[in-house]
Amino acid sequence: MSPTQNSDTPLLEIKDLHVHFPIYGGILRHKVATVKAVDGVSMKIHRGETVGLVGESGSGKTTVGRAIINLHKAMSPDVELSGEVLFDTKDGQIDVNGIARREMLPHRSDIQMIFQDPFSSLNPRMTVQQIIEGPLTIHQPDMTPEERRDVVAKLLDRVGLQPKYAARYPHEFSGGQRQRIGIARSLATKPALIVADEPVSALDVSVQAQVINLMADLQKEFGLTYLFIAHDLSIVYHIADKIAVMYLGSLVEYGTAEQVYKNPKHPYSKALISAVPKPDPDGKREERTILQGDIPSPLAKPSGCGFRTRCPIAKPECAKGIPELRDLGDGHMAACPFAE
Amino acid sequence: MTKPILEVKNLHTYFDVEGQTAKAVIGVSFDVMPNEFLGIVGESGSGKSVTSLSLMRLIPDPPGNIAQGEVIFEGRDLLKLPIEEMRKIRGRDMAMIFQEPMTSLNPVATIGKQVCESVILHENLGQAAAEDRAVKVLTQVGIPDPRKRLKDYPHQFSGGMRQRVMIAMALICQPKLLIADEPTTALDVTIQAQILELMKEVQSLRPGSATILITHDLAVVAETCDRVIVMYGGLIQEMASASDLFRDPKHPYTRGLMGSIPHEDDRGKPLYAIPGNVPSIMDFPKGCRFCTRCDVVMERCENEEPELREVGPGRFVRCHLEGLDTPATSNTEGN
Repeated sequence: MSPTQNSDTPLLEIKDLHVHFPIYGGILRHKVATVKAVDGVSMKIHRGETVGLVGESGSGKTTVGRAIINLHKAMSPDVELSGEVLFDTKDGQIDVNGIARREMLPHRSDIQMIFQDPFSSLNPRMTVQQIIEGPLTIHQPDMTPEERRDVVAKLLDRVGLQPKYAARYPHEFSGGQRQRIGIARSLATKPALIVADEPVSALDVSVQAQVINLMADLQKEFGLTYLFIAHDLSIVYHIADKIAVMYLGSLVEYGTAEQVYKNPKHPYSKALISAVPKPDPDGKREERTILQGDIPSPLAKPSGCGFRTRCPIAKPECAKGIPELRDLGDGHMAACPFAE
Repeated sequence: MTKPILEVKNLHTYFDVEGQTAKAVIGVSFDVMPNEFLGIVGESGSGKSVTSLSLMRLIPDPPGNIAQGEVIFEGRDLLKLPIEEMRKIRGRDMAMIFQEPMTSLNPVATIGKQVCESVILHENLGQAAAEDRAVKVLTQVGIPDPRKRLKDYPHQFSGGMRQRVMIAMALICQPKLLIADEPTTALDVTIQAQILELMKEVQSLRPGSATILITHDLAVVAETCDRVIVMYGGLIQEMASASDLFRDPKHPYTRGLMGSIPHEDDRGKPLYAIPGNVPSIMDFPKGCRFCTRCDVVMERCENEEPELREVGPGRFVRCHLEGLDTPATSNTEGN
C-alpha cells in the first residue's frame, strides 16, 4: 500500500452504505422483517471540516455514525452491512466496513466518538483518570503510568476541568462536566475524526454553549474533523461547514451550511428548517410549512420516495422510483426530481 | 379592569432531603390573565416545574410541602381547600399536560377510556355522551378517524399523536387554565411545530381561558407566549412581555441565556456562555443566587438578595444593577 494521504482524498468517504437489522419471530426464529435503518447513504468528509448530519428520530443518523466507528457488529452480530466506509490513513485507504477487527485495531485510535448521554457513557466505577487513559492503555501500551497521568492532566486542563479531578468518579460531576470528560477521552489518542452523536442535547442551554465553544476551539487547535450528529438545526448551522439531511434512512439533501439552511431545496429540508422555532417574538416569519403526520416506521417504508406520504408537493410518480441525489449546482445536492 | 384567572402570591415549596430543607420555590408571585399565554422558562433546578405542580397541589408530600403562599383561583385559595374539593378542580377547571406522552398515559387502558374519564367524573355524562365529547375534542386536536381510535391503546399511537391525546384529555372539560410542562421537549422538531400550532389554536378556541407553558427553550417561548417569567434558583429573576424580554433583556441571567442560543447572523462565532454550572439546590450562594455565574457581579450581590422590582409597566427584574447605570452587556467568553 502506498501512502495516499493528500488533500484531495477525503478523510472519510461513505459509498452506498446499507445497515439493515433483521427481526426474528415465530418459534423457529426465522427472519420476519428487516429494519432498513440506513439504505444507501453516500457522502464525503474532508479534513478539518465539520459535517452536520441532521434528521429526526428514526432517520438513521445515529446508525450512520455508529457504522463509521464500526460499532454495529459488536452491538448486534446479525446486522446486515453493505457498502464501503473508506477512511484515509497514513497507510492508505481502509474500508472500516469490511475490515477484520485485528486489522482495524491500529487505526481505531484515529476515529473517536462523543456520546449523547453524559450519564450512561462514562463507567460509574472508574475514576476520571481510568476513563480518559483507557484508550491509551490499548493503543499506546508502551506509555508508563506517569506519562499517562501527565497526558490526562493536560487533557483535563484543556477541556476546562481541574487536573486534580482525575481521582474522582463520574457521579461527582454535573452533566456539562461529564460531557467535558467524554470529550477529553475522545481526544486522548489524538484522533483525526470525531463522531459526535448529539453531544449537547442532554445539557442545559447555558452549558450547551460552553460545550459548543469548546468543541470549536479544540477543532482549531488539533485540526480535528467532526461529524456532528444532531436534531437541533440552529446549533448545526452554527457549527457546521456542510449539512447533510437524512430522512428514513436516506440522504435527502447535502450542501454547504449556507446552501442547505438558507436555501433548502428538498421539500423535507424546507419543512424541517421552517419548523425551527426562532427566538424572536416580533420577527416576521415567512409562511411556515407544517408537515402533516409522523415519520413512517423504517419497517414499513413507503414505496418510491420515503417522504412522499408527508410531502406537500408529492405527485403520483413519486411512488415509483427512489429519487437519486442530484447536483443542483455548486455541489448542492437534493434527492427530489422537483427540486430546482 | 379584567380580573386575573389565577393569582399566585408568595409561593414557597420546600423538599426535605436527608434532613435538610431544599428550597425549590422561594416566594414566587404572579398573575395569569384571561386569554394569556404565559411562559415560565428556566434550566433544570430553576423551580419551574415545582411551581406548576404546586399550583395543582401535585407535590408529593412527603418529601415536599408547600410551606407558604396563596394560589387564588376564582376567589378561593387552592392551597387551603380540602383535598376532595381540589380533586374537583383538577381536570375540570385546571388541567395539565406533561412532558412524557409515553409515561403519562396508562398503557393498559384504551384512549377512549382515558379521554372520557374526566368528563364522566366531573360532568356526570353517560358513556355515549362522553364518547361523543371525546370524538369532538380528538377531532379538534387532529386525530384522524377518532371514533375508531377510541378503542386503541397508547402504544398504537406515535409520540406526536400521544401528545395530541394528552391535550385532548386536558381539554375535554374546557378548563379555564391549562398548564403544559415541557409539552414538546420529547418530540421531533416537525412534530413540535405541529403541537405548538395546535396549542395556540386551542387557546383561541376557549375565550377567556389561559395557558401556562413551562419550558427550557427560549425559542419555543418566543414562538408562543405573550408574557414570560424567567426563573433561576427557585426565584423569579425577570418577568416581562415576550417582546420586551427578547428585545431588551434586563437580568444578566436572561441576557446570558439569550446569548447562549445560536443566532443565524453570528454563525461560527463563539457563543456567549454563562460560566460554571447551575449549583445544586443546596449550594446556592447566600446573596443573589446568580452571583457566582454573573459577569457583572458586584460586592453587594454576594451578601444581599436583590428584590424583584418593577422597572417599567409590567416589567420586573431582580438585580441590584437595575436602576443604576447598567454597564453594556459584557461579551467576555466564559468558557
